[in-house]
Amino acid sequence: MIVSEPISRSVAGSAPNETFVLNLGPQHPATHGVLRVKMTMDGEYVVRAEPVCGYIHRMQEKMGENRTYAQYLPNTSRIDYLSAMNYTHGLVGVVERAARIQVPPRAEYIRVITSELNRISSHLVWWGAFLLDLGGFTPLLYAFDDREMILDLLEGITGARLTYCYYRFGGLYNDVDETFLKGARRFVAHMRPRLKMYRALVTENVILRKRLIGIGPISAEMCRKYGATGPVIRGSGVSYDVRRAEPYSVYPELDFDIPAYPEGDSMARYLVRMDEMAQSLRIIEQALDKLPGGPVMAEKVPRVLKLPAGDYCYAVEAARGRFMVRVVSDNKEIAYRLKLRTPCLSNLSLFEEASQGMLLADALALLGSLDLVIPDIDR
Amino acid sequence: MNALFSKVITVLDTEPYRLVVWVVAIVSFVALNAAYLVWVERKGAGRFQRRPGPTEVGPAGLLQPVADGLKLMSKQLLVPAGADSMLFRGAPLLVMAPVLMSLAVIPFGRGLAAVNLNVGLLMVFALGPINLMAIMFGAWSSRNKYAVMSAARVVSQNVAYEIPMLLVVTTIAMVSGTMDLNQIVEQQSGAFWHWNLFRVWVNPLMPVTFLIFYICMLAETNRAPFDMVEAESELVAGAYTEYAGMGFGVFFMAEYANIVLGCSLATVLFLGGWQSPFSFMPGVTWFLIKMYFLIFSVVWIRWTFPRTQFYGLLNLSWKILIPVSLFTLILSAAMIKMLRAPS
Repeated sequence: MIVSEPISRSVAGSAPNETFVLNLGPQHPATHGVLRVKMTMDGEYVVRAEPVCGYIHRMQEKMGENRTYAQYLPNTSRIDYLSAMNYTHGLVGVVERAARIQVPPRAEYIRVITSELNRISSHLVWWGAFLLDLGGFTPLLYAFDDREMILDLLEGITGARLTYCYYRFGGLYNDVDETFLKGARRFVAHMRPRLKMYRALVTENVILRKRLIGIGPISAEMCRKYGATGPVIRGSGVSYDVRRAEPYSVYPELDFDIPAYPEGDSMARYLVRMDEMAQSLRIIEQALDKLPGGPVMAEKVPRVLKLPAGDYCYAVEAARGRFMVRVVSDNKEIAYRLKLRTPCLSNLSLFEEASQGMLLADALALLGSLDLVIPDIDR
Repeated sequence: MNALFSKVITVLDTEPYRLVVWVVAIVSFVALNAAYLVWVERKGAGRFQRRPGPTEVGPAGLLQPVADGLKLMSKQLLVPAGADSMLFRGAPLLVMAPVLMSLAVIPFGRGLAAVNLNVGLLMVFALGPINLMAIMFGAWSSRNKYAVMSAARVVSQNVAYEIPMLLVVTTIAMVSGTMDLNQIVEQQSGAFWHWNLFRVWVNPLMPVTFLIFYICMLAETNRAPFDMVEAESELVAGAYTEYAGMGFGVFFMAEYANIVLGCSLATVLFLGGWQSPFSFMPGVTWFLIKMYFLIFSVVWIRWTFPRTQFYGLLNLSWKILIPVSLFTLILSAAMIKMLRAPS
């Protein structure tokens, strides 16, 4: 980061000589991972912000093309490590759809419960980290306090705290016990007053509102242009949610709202996520009430899975937006082509256009409000 | 024994010895405070965040500042390639000096000040901006983009907050009719409604004046929510990005020393200095209680609020604080003219 010589015209391109290039990352406190944003700055103003990806590329898609589906299953937890359940759901969903495996209802309900718990824990991490970006350190610790309850619950049934790999083709790794069910109910009862407290203490804070309202507006058109999904597009007023648009699992049987705010600014995205946590609590409560008995694994799942030849897709609503797995099979144990459509890459790609002319601190607030998980961008 | 003691006191009160005693006293007061305020800050932050804070080094983590200091001292002092070596090394020295000098005029108790200067208030505010200059030198000379951006922020922030601060202090000087800090405290004797903070019959906006002073003090000491200098999520470590070891340590200590100075000033100007709120047992204890209460509130604010946006900070100063403080200044001038009999 040493300014060794004046930036030559060739580096800065056609921009006037007063601009300079600021390398934000790959190691920077605000990028939460190895994301590099090459910023052309005019003083404190961002002239151009160019995200440079690939610092944590692990060839997840290629790995999917040289190992069996069961061998690939643990990888899905590591794409977006904060919402591992949802991502595993994507892969098991596509395999079940292709192989026509009927999943028992109890397994589906438990999938919904665990997925929504995972969504809340993911949003809590985002909330803490976002406030950290804005200079408030304390909320992070409160968020992690709540998240700890979720992690303990999920650890009890899966044995892992982050990369669960809990779902199996045709059901679940194991059934949940009474401790989990009681704990989940206790968590719902615990979390509701906490959300109220966060609203009073953080959301209503005048400094926070000044920093978020009207900052980083993203129009619905821009979201569509770049394929942004999840809380980003819902913060632009489009109530697009895969759980509603392409219903999967038992979501159609549950009653929940899709929060959407038309303002399109950072505050809208913030509020969408805060409301989503409340909605997830509603879903968990209903699913716990409706939880049927029975097995958690389909009976006739072949030991060697060969998907019939064809082209299959399955999308889930992950914490950051639409996650889709596309498998092209040629009737072998290994996929011919496995494509992962991850939300963070699309959400990041609008950053260059949206951040033009913003102040550095506002641009970082915008970056934080997109809720990026870097391994999800690079895969 | 008593005779010997009083003789020692008399000797120490004569000029060359008095100087030595006060220099040692102020330096150790600042150093101890700077070290132990870090501990207070960490413990306080821990409590605000539902965790214990430092516990391992010494009882209740009390030796933590010592451990931190030793760690910082054992590190190499790096000077980045291309940095202006003299300014880069000189800045940490320059940042500490004005605080120590300013504390010389602060009356900790009745007659308990190193120098009884009749323009003490003026001296504190004359020395104040040197601290900001030092941060700017350090940032600018380290030839780091983040540091340079931070330097630009420091200057515009401090210029913006120096003005309302001085206007408020001028109000106090006008109300008190003196710039001698001893006299200012002396005038606030009696019960707590004689403190400048509550003297609404002199100027009904006195509490607002205190609020403006407090906000400006937060901004001048670069504390959250106005910590634009460090702004770790935007500028990595801002002005201190390239500093390593004790170079960084001195900047860090200067921040706390400045808080001590700012809170002492607030105590002297608004909270009646060493005066007791119930008019018994006035003395240095009350001064310290008031000062540490203010310091605690500074820590409290830091761990509660997010950082303001930079232009929000400037807007607050230019659009709200400066007009309001100008108004209080004019109001108190008018009230002095009308209410006080011409002498």
